[in-house]
Amino acid sequence: MTMDETKRLERRRQATLARRHIYTETKEPETFITSLSEEARESFFAGEKKRIELNLRKRRIVKGIFTGLGIFAAVVISALALIPIFFTFLNSFMSSEEIVSNYQVVFQSMSGHATQGASYMSRMPVLKLIPEEVTIKQYTTLLFMNPEYLFKYWNSILLTLPIVGGQMVIACLASYSFARYRKKWMEVIFFIYIILMLMPFQVTLVPNYMIADGLGILNTIWAIILPGIFSTFAIFLLTKYMRQIPSGYIEAAKLDGATEWQIFTNIALPLCKNAIFALTILLFIDYWNMVEQPLVLLTDAAKQPLSVFLSQINEPELGIAFAASSVYMIPPLLIFFWGEDYLVEGISRSGIK
Amino acid sequence: MDNRINEEQFSSKGEVTGVRPGSEVAGASQNKANKPVVRTVSKEEADLKLINRPKAKNVTPLASQKLTPKDIPEFEDTPERRETLALRKKRHLNRKLREFGVFSGYLTPSFVGVAVFFILPLGMLLFTSFQTSPTNHTFVGLRNYERVLTNEAFLDASWNTLTFALISVPLAVVLALLIAMLLNSGLPGKSLFRSFLLNPMMVPVASVVLIWQVFFSYNGVINGIAEKIFDSPEKIDWLKSSYAQVVIMLLFLWKNLGYNMVLFLAALNSIPHEILESAEMDGAGPVKRFFAIKLHYLSPTIFFVGIMSLINSFKIFREVYLLTGDYPFDNLYMLQHFMNNAFTHLDYSKLSAGAIVMCIVMVIIVGGLFFAESKFDKDVEE
Repeated sequence: MTMDETKRLERRRQATLARRHIYTETKEPETFITSLSEEARESFFAGEKKRIELNLRKRRIVKGIFTGLGIFAAVVISALALIPIFFTFLNSFMSSEEIVSNYQVVFQSMSGHATQGASYMSRMPVLKLIPEEVTIKQYTTLLFMNPEYLFKYWNSILLTLPIVGGQMVIACLASYSFARYRKKWMEVIFFIYIILMLMPFQVTLVPNYMIADGLGILNTIWAIILPGIFSTFAIFLLTKYMRQIPSGYIEAAKLDGATEWQIFTNIALPLCKNAIFALTILLFIDYWNMVEQPLVLLTDAAKQPLSVFLSQINEPELGIAFAASSVYMIPPLLIFFWGEDYLVEGISRSGIK
Repeated sequence: MDNRINEEQFSSKGEVTGVRPGSEVAGASQNKANKPVVRTVSKEEADLKLINRPKAKNVTPLASQKLTPKDIPEFEDTPERRETLALRKKRHLNRKLREFGVFSGYLTPSFVGVAVFFILPLGMLLFTSFQTSPTNHTFVGLRNYERVLTNEAFLDASWNTLTFALISVPLAVVLALLIAMLLNSGLPGKSLFRSFLLNPMMVPVASVVLIWQVFFSYNGVINGIAEKIFDSPEKIDWLKSSYAQVVIMLLFLWKNLGYNMVLFLAALNSIPHEILESAEMDGAGPVKRFFAIKLHYLSPTIFFVGIMSLINSFKIFREVYLLTGDYPFDNLYMLQHFMNNAFTHLDYSKLSAGAIVMCIVMVIIVGGLFFAESKFDKDVEE
């Protein structure tokens, strides 16, 4: 009892002391700033302010210079990237006479019988951004006077679309099994697929030719479409992508009683939407570009796609060459502008772990 | 962010409610332990007790229950038990089989096609590489390989293909990384530049070959500009001199830098900010930060970009072919040229032996790369 009393009294004493201590005036410690007089202090602060502002401005200028340099570099690089495309487009609006007079010297030296001495055209090719006279004559001759060109365009479409569509369907299925069923022998098959992906077309040229002959599809578009559909490039990338699907999603779906097909269509495919779009674009450009396969497997010139035709352009057709090139690159570019976000997203995710 | 906070609150609540009843239970069991144990309990209660028994350390449940070995249910080898075991085994096997069936079903369409159009041709190739020709089935042993490996054109072509890959792939990786870092350094209009640089990837080669010829041929634009600036009468024939490989490399970089750059941009963005910031606070300069932190996080992407560039460097034949035709200048003569020309000259045995040699080299290279990647990945994960 007494212990409690004394404790209480002690505590109260301490509390009062503490309270008193709060109200006692404390003296501010002497610092550099308080030691200054009022005016001196103000001038000091003004000076400091100016110094800080100057520093900030200096930093901003340095940063601005660096950003400027960066933008300059980026502009130069993107200009280098875009110049060939721009030239092709702009040149397609020149009249064919202008093109011939500008560039004939180039192609003469290419074909080996360069004209020596004086000639009516310039010795140097004239590279002009803006045509002397803007015409769409090239396009009209190309599209209306030249049925061959449109036929080849149609051939290109006829070859590219089935390959892209078929390869995507098969790649989705196969890469799902590669991503989900991780067995040793599956890894071996996957490695074989990667090797096959890297294999240039020329390696299996002869046997492919013989197989196409055996199946009776030589010199038809199927000789190109069928090997194209089973090419393994899409499988490689899509498998890499599908392996990133969190296994939790699939486990949850399994617990809810989803079948493999449901997991595939309702979980794996929607999650890989971006990659599928991106791959479709990549495949499209790859097969739109195709030159070697048609050259060998389609001996009939009427069945060959436009890329082969463009690669064989020479002097007499020089006038329409640029228009043909421009029209040829329009579909991939349109697809690119439409699906750029998907493409970037799809490419981006394939490279990070 | 909100979600995370809610989750934390939720989990802390759960902990609190979890602890309290637990302690009470522990106390109750202690009290019970003092009392004499009544042995008359129903079977269900006994089961419940067994389930809810306090977990004791170092004491096996058997000892705490004072069970004699007699009480342990003995698994007698009864026919019923054998049946259930067999059933279980069968079910397990069935599940495995079903799994195998489903996934091989997914793979079949692709595998059949690949077998017919890629693996079967390779097998035929291997077969003909030991024969005089596809029609004449006399076995000649390794003579075809001998012919190919002593063939100067083949050796030159392999050397060209190899040097092209060895120079252009690292260049493509490093330049793309530099551009990605440039774009990632807080530049305005980043996405605009990105799409500009990605554009060349989408342009068909056949379309730009023309302009490339205009630029680089003997009477081309580059020579014209050089003449005007330096006033030198000497002109370089870009595509028909030792500079030819440089021109093709430019074309390769022009086409592939955009793709690689997008990959690197994504990887740069995925580097955790906290680590970079704390390194900056600790006084690490930009160079140190790059080599010590960024490079570590970028390494898988660098590897991936390297593989993709390697694939694309094998595809460069198309560009070379379109620019210069069947027989380009010496240092542009690629392996594919060799094979194409062997095909047009109907020299199938040479072609197949060359192709098999190329396959073997490629398997070694790719296998090595993937082995390195798996080792590398482990390092990064650690």
